[in-house]
Amino acid sequence: MWRLFVKEINTFFDQLSGYLLLLAFLTALGLVVWVFPETSVLEYGFADLEALFVYTPFVFVFLVPAITMRMIAEERKSGTWELLVTSPLSNSQIILAKYAAALALIVLALLPTLIYYYSVYQLGDPVGNLDSAGFFGSFIGLILIGAVFAAIGLFSSSLSDNQITAFVIGVFLGFLFYFGLSAIASLQRNQAALFLEELSLSYHYNSMGRGVIDSSNLVYFVSLIGTLLVLTGIKIKRA
Amino acid sequence: MSLEVQQLTKKYKKQKALDGISFLAAPGQVLGFLGPNGAGKSTTMKIASGFLLPDEGDVRINGLSVLAQPREVSRILGYLPEHNPLYLDMYVREFLEFVANLYRLKGKAARMRVERMVDQCGLGEEQHKKIGALSKGYRQRVGLARALVHDPRVVILDEPTTGLDPNQLLEIRKLIRELGKDKTMVLSTHILQEVEAICDKVVIIHKGRIVAEDLLSRLKSAKGLTSLYLETAQALDMDWFSHFDSIHKIHDLGSGQLEFQTFDVDKARNDILRVVQEKGLSLLSIRQRENNLESIFQQLTLS
Repeated sequence: MWRLFVKEINTFFDQLSGYLLLLAFLTALGLVVWVFPETSVLEYGFADLEALFVYTPFVFVFLVPAITMRMIAEERKSGTWELLVTSPLSNSQIILAKYAAALALIVLALLPTLIYYYSVYQLGDPVGNLDSAGFFGSFIGLILIGAVFAAIGLFSSSLSDNQITAFVIGVFLGFLFYFGLSAIASLQRNQAALFLEELSLSYHYNSMGRGVIDSSNLVYFVSLIGTLLVLTGIKIKRA
Repeated sequence: MSLEVQQLTKKYKKQKALDGISFLAAPGQVLGFLGPNGAGKSTTMKIASGFLLPDEGDVRINGLSVLAQPREVSRILGYLPEHNPLYLDMYVREFLEFVANLYRLKGKAARMRVERMVDQCGLGEEQHKKIGALSKGYRQRVGLARALVHDPRVVILDEPTTGLDPNQLLEIRKLIRELGKDKTMVLSTHILQEVEAICDKVVIIHKGRIVAEDLLSRLKSAKGLTSLYLETAQALDMDWFSHFDSIHKIHDLGSGQLEFQTFDVDKARNDILRVVQEKGLSLLSIRQRENNLESIFQQLTLS
């Protein structure tokens, strides 16, 4: 299982596209946080990294499916799936190894943003005038959002033999869970709308941004990820 | 260790790909699994490897059920699918070590096994190349090495020689023979020379059913209607021979040549020669041709 995890990471970095993807991700975030006048911390004048946390999920919607799209689709297409399935690994071990690899890559992509935290921390007047609890709450929130998107992406990858199809489905489902549900909910003001709102990713993410990690949020994220992984498992069952 | 296929049935949509097939590869045997394209060979192999589930029946490898104990089975089974799955971006050695690790071989043990497979499969010079850069013949060797890296006792090879040139074909065949010396092996193919060259036992499948299962030697003699060819200087009349019990069928090949099919060669030959003498014909030749695998295969699968 460990070996499959390592293989997935290696496969990602075997191709130039892996590096390009991370580069594009960090460039986009860098521009949002430091350059674009509407969102730049420097223009804003307050030691606050809200822009980072508002815009990263947008980028994640595209980045994460791009990481996961090949994980099952490509193996199926090239037939190496047969090699994995007939090895002593169980299906759940295969899924977990691939999921863990996706998660590790997401965390790796996010780590450089800790530099932003340090920079803004130093830029504050007085130094350290930054809502650290809010930052780390949001940071953990981001990782959880990434974890959900990774589960969505892996599930999409199991739906098709074609990477591009898997990517498109992944982006669509990601949008639906993050923005779609709350957008639909905002059309109405009743019990059903409230329920939809609470199902959406953005609702739970935003509440973590306040620096409070509620157990209900955690339960939501973990059960959503669990459901998606189980669905993936059902999809790849032997037929 | 044996491989036993028990009453396998598999449907794709409404079409029956396999219809209750059973056969047995005894320990140490090399079993040739023959059939025309689309007869159900690959489906059988995929089920035996645990990749597909059958609708009915089971496959037992050394007594372990593929359905109930797929993990245990996978450890003693080596499987090379028809399309030979490889990670083209990996280096030969890296790939083999990766697979060895998947099969729970660790560290030094894994490296030693890989070393041995590289050696046995003649990959010494290629081991530091990317698999994507190898020729088809070498990729096939990597595939074989991959299937055997965990030293399985039972090996399933699905058309291991398709798409190879004649030299590569002979090399791979030789390799299979060497590697399979102490293993039970099931090898599917539609190349008949391959079966004659490698296998002890033959199973012929046609339209999802088994049409023959026997030792190669017995299949050739038992199924054998032997053909006798008679050639004389004069014209021949089939009626001269039609009353003999020993002769099963006569074909007139024209210009003084007849083909006789018989179950009892010696008696038929005597009967024919007696007629030749009685009629005062001048004999040019009488030849015997044993039924080869090719004609048996055609008899069984042309319909």
